[in-house]
Formats: sequence, C-alpha cells, structure tokens
Amino acid sequence: MSSDVAVEVRGIGKRYEIGADQGSYLLLTERLTQRVKSFGRAQPKEEFWALRDIDFELERGKTLGIIGHNGAGKSTLLKILSRITPPTEGEAHLRGRVGALLEVGTGFHPELTGRENVFLNGAILNMKRQEIQRRFEEIVEFADIGPFIDTPVKRYSSGMQLRLAFSVAAHLEPEILIIDEVLSVGDLAFQQKCLGRMETASREGRTVVFISHNLPSVMNLCDQAIMLSEGRIAATGRVPDVIDHYVGDVSSDIERGLRDRKNRDGNGKLRFVDAHFERDGRTVDSPTSGEDFEIVFTFDKDAEASLRGARFNFSIHILGDGTPILDLDSGLTGSNFAEIPPHGEVRCKIDRCPLPAGQYYIDVRADAVGERLDAVHHAAELTVTGGDFYRRGAAQDRIMDYRTVLVDHSWSLEPVAEHRAADTAAASPLA
Amino acid sequence: MSTPEAHAGDFPELVIRPPSRWSALQLGELWHHRELIYFLTKRELQIRYKQSFFGVSWAILQPLAFAFMFALVFGEIFKTQPPNGIPYPVFAVAGVVPWLFFATSIQTAAGSLVLDANLIAKVYFPRLALPLSKGLSLLIDLAIALGVVIVVTLLYGVGISSNVWLVPAFLLLGVVTAFALGTLLSAINVKYRDVQLVVPMIVQILFFASPVLYSGTQVGNQAGEAWRYIYSINPMASVLDGMRWALLNQPYPGTLNILISCASALVILLGALFYFRRAENFFADLI
Repeated sequence: MSSDVAVEVRGIGKRYEIGADQGSYLLLTERLTQRVKSFGRAQPKEEFWALRDIDFELERGKTLGIIGHNGAGKSTLLKILSRITPPTEGEAHLRGRVGALLEVGTGFHPELTGRENVFLNGAILNMKRQEIQRRFEEIVEFADIGPFIDTPVKRYSSGMQLRLAFSVAAHLEPEILIIDEVLSVGDLAFQQKCLGRMETASREGRTVVFISHNLPSVMNLCDQAIMLSEGRIAATGRVPDVIDHYVGDVSSDIERGLRDRKNRDGNGKLRFVDAHFERDGRTVDSPTSGEDFEIVFTFDKDAEASLRGARFNFSIHILGDGTPILDLDSGLTGSNFAEIPPHGEVRCKIDRCPLPAGQYYIDVRADAVGERLDAVHHAAELTVTGGDFYRRGAAQDRIMDYRTVLVDHSWSLEPVAEHRAADTAAASPLA
Repeated sequence: MSTPEAHAGDFPELVIRPPSRWSALQLGELWHHRELIYFLTKRELQIRYKQSFFGVSWAILQPLAFAFMFALVFGEIFKTQPPNGIPYPVFAVAGVVPWLFFATSIQTAAGSLVLDANLIAKVYFPRLALPLSKGLSLLIDLAIALGVVIVVTLLYGVGISSNVWLVPAFLLLGVVTAFALGTLLSAINVKYRDVQLVVPMIVQILFFASPVLYSGTQVGNQAGEAWRYIYSINPMASVLDGMRWALLNQPYPGTLNILISCASALVILLGALFYFRRAENFFADLI
C-alpha cells in the first residue's frame, strides 16, 4: 500500500434484496400478517447486485471521472464512498478528510435566512463553525447574494438558492472531494465559476472523484476515468480510452435494435420498437442541414392496457451531454393524440433541419397522465450531413461549432446620425 | 460500519466496510459532530418560534392551559385531594410540565428521521443527531415551563421543599427516557411507517400509567407496595413523583422504586441505541 494512494477500493459490492420486505418501507401491521401467513416457510427473496467487484486506486491529487449509463451503479458507488449506505462486501480506504457533495442545497430550510442556512449547511457538510465564520464573506461573495443574505431563503429565486448552496459546498476544504453532477446547475456564467473552482481544487492537490453524465467536463477535468456498466467496471484508464469505450457501448446498444433494448424506463403500456428518418415520404439514412425531414418512431401498444392519450418527446443531444440541443415535444406544440392504435408510427417533422453536420443521439419518451409509458436513452443515432442551410449555393460543411443550431437570420448595416446614437445609449437600461 | 482510524501518515484514514451485526455505539463520533447537533437544535428553535404567532409564550401557555383544565375537572369537580394538602392546581402544573416535555419530545423525535429523509439520502452524518436535536430544542421549552411551575407554586403560597436541588436529577431521568423512546421509535418508523400512528396511542397509554393526574403514593396505598414496584418500571413514575417530592414536599417515592425506574430507563436507552446503530446502516436504502 503506497502512502500516496488517497482512495483505495477493494472488491466493493452492494446487494439489494427485492422482496417483500426490502427496498421500501411498509406497515408494521402488514409485516405482522406476512409473518403469520408465511409461518414455517422461507420468504422468497430476489437479489440484485447494484454493484459488484469494484476495484480501483486513486493517487493523491488526481481527479477520477466515473461515467456510465443510468442505472449502471454510479450513484450507488458514490453513496458508498460518501458513507450514506454501507457496502455488502469489500472495503474502501479513504486517506484524508472526505467531503461529499451529492446534491447542492440538501438541508436548506426555506424559513431560515441565507446566513442561518450557510451555517447549518456547512455543519451538515462537516465544516467547523470557525471555518465557516472565517470564510463567510467569501461564500456570500462567490454566491453573489449580496444584501439578501439575511432574507429567508424561501424568498430567493431558485437560481439564488443554487448559487448559495454551491458556494457553501465549494468552500469545503477536504482532502478528498466526492462530487455528483453539480456542474450542471445555474446559469452559464456560474457554471464556469464552478468549473474554475473544481480546477483550483485539483491544482491545490485535492483528490477528486467526479461522477457525471457530462463527457465534455469529464474530458476537461479528469486525469483518469472509470466506466460502469450493470454494476461492474466496464473500462478503466485514460479518459479518452474510457470515453471511446462508452461511445462504442452506445453504438452497440443502438445496433441491438430498439425492440430488444433492455435498459429502458416506463410501464411498457406502449413500447417503441423502431426508428427511421424520412424525407418527402422516402426513407433516408441521414438528413441534410437545411432540408426538411421527419423523425419516425414506430410503437406497439400493450393490447390489454387501456390508454387514453399520450405525449411524445424526442430530445436530440450529442453524446455524453445530457443537455438537449433540440427538445421536440408534442405537449409543447399542443398536439393531442387521444387515440393510440395497437401499432402505430409517431412522426415529428422538422422544417429545414437546423443541425449542423455531425453525430447526434435521440432520447425518446412517451408519457400519459401521471405515468411514464416508455423512455429510451440513446434510442437512435442521427447523422446529419452538411447542407446549404443559408442557401448560398454551396454546402457549408463543419463550419459551425458542434453544439450550435442554425437559424434563419439576416443582417443589415445602415449609417445613423451621431446624436441619435447618443440618445439610444442614454435610454438604454444597461447604461 | 466505518471507522476513522489513526494512520501512520499525515492523513486520517477512513475505512468503509460492510456492517457487522452488532456494532459499537461510537458515541465519540457524535461528539465529533457536536456543532452539527448545535445547528440542528438551533434550526428547530428558529423554525418553531418563527412560524408560531405566540412565539416563546407558547411554552408558557400550553402547560398552563392543561393544568387549568385538570385543576377544573379533577380539583373542582371531582374534588381530588393531593397528599399533604397542597392545592390541586400546584400539584397538576408540577406534573403537566415534565409530562408535556416527555410526550412532545417522543412524538417529534419519532418523526425526525422521516422528516429529514432528504438529508439522510444525500449526506453522511451520525443519524442520531436528528432525534437528539429535537429533544435538545425542547429542553428550552422545559426550562421556561419550569419557571411557570415555580411562579404558580409561590402564587398559591406553597413552600418550596429544601430538596429542590434534586429536581434536575429527576428531570434528567425523564429526559433520558424521552430521548431513548424517541430514538427507538424514530428508527422503527423508517421501516414501518404506521409507527407514526401508533405513537400517539403509546403516549396516551403512558399518560394514564404515569402519575400526572394522581400521585404514585395512591398506587401504593390502593394496590399494595408490590404493585408500586411494577408501576415504577415506567421511569416517568419516579420522574413525576420524585419531582413533586423534591419541589413540593410530596411523599417520597421510595429509593427502591427510584432505582427500578433508573434501571428500566437504562435498559430502554441501551436497547434503543443498539437498535438504532444497527438500523441506521440501512436508513438511506429504505427512506
């Protein structure tokens, strides 16, 4: 055991029992009747390993990114490392003061003022009162709350609450920092601030375990990465290699076909079974920038289920970035599908494809009132080829930032008299 | 489950392992998190007094209202005569105040873990801090209410006993019992949510099994001393009788009875702590 290993995980596993009495609370009276009914018989218990055989080491001062699909065991691992839940087997050694941050703002109480909450939240995160007092000004300044610090938090906007909560957490000074996805909060400027804060943390020699869906930030921040899949380590090592593996995994998932995909959510009253793209009624492999196309998903309805109406959502994003570039939602456009046939196609037509050339993924979702019918992450791959969006007579290929959508716009430039310019400036609320 | 261990290097080492069936109580860790307990207690007080119209006077009004009712019904209508001829209202208020602390702290502590489910699922800290801070915050109310007891006693011209310095000892027994029962119920409540419904019933039953409206001496007189020993298994019997003895010169509850109550409280406390320690490993999975 080398002494500069800050985090050492050996054979960690976590088993849940999905049975009558585990996984959720129940009523004492129910439990007693169960005991009486099952007297003399063993209760059948189904076991489920959320995590198994997890081994890794992390040197002091390094940043480890943990990636994986939903349900791969990322949050279970995080909960074990932050001592929220114990492992079923294996052990972990954490050498240094540990600070864990699973969700900013846990423990904020709406009735208390910002100041009161800073102290309470700091204590919950295991900061010493003196430490909070010493850094109080810094915390308030970082959060940009200013005069509202003595106002009850219930009067804050959600953005203000997030900023204050993150600010408290960002001023934790543990030797080992465990973080879950906190970077995806707040406005862009604040996100930048948070990223900067994390970089400082690792520059200062802190060891960071960072759990994320967001491949770009893992790429930026981490020295090494682990990919989890179905509770086991699927890949480990240098960040680009692990991300390649993740990408390969997504592709093989897609190749398996939508009908046979297992990693989906929802009650299955409706199931997506296939996807393709069309242009003018003909199937196309890849739509072109600037040209109309349709996204078509075919589905089956469970014959026994009664279903009155459904809302469909296709969200288009780039790999590993949870924030969609396009969020297409039948509820937003007010399209009501009252009748759901046993087999059907749901189409979404997009005028003049606004995506620049590139590789995208579609998450698909169907909801009815109060229930999720089906949801598949990375349900289909969408390759857009470069086209002449701006009608300049030539395809503009790869001239855009990957994450920027194309919109029709026009420019003009006119001379103005000098005094008019001055008037406008004076009237501007920003001045 | 997890133990901070001294390490040869500069850094404290934390080892995370599967929990064993019986783990040490690790009260040292609770001490390490004393500032958290302080801020959680402060939170309780701040919220309680910010949200209520009467503020701190609530701590005075509540026992007075109960004592008034009891004095009206039992003192005036049924003409109950407390021992040594003290006025019934004085007798009542001295019982109602510790009882209300006991009942309220059991009920709030029992719900404490479920109420802060979000914290338990997201952050690690010694879970015992939650029921503990509920009880601690109610100690402030108890202190205020004790002032009421003194004032009422003096107003009726009843002399304070020279044993008054023993009052805190009896109160401590009550505080420990309330904390133990509240902690135990809070842990059970995580797993079985109908416990929340059972708690008021338990408190009701204990109310009649404790000398709030009557004196424990009457139990001994009417049912025999042997029954008084069994009666004293309920620690609140000695808390209330003992306090009335130490404050108002009421009959002494008897050393053996007090010892039975103390032993019983200790058993409940240890049982509650060990059960809690074992159950807390799985709070985050269940809550």
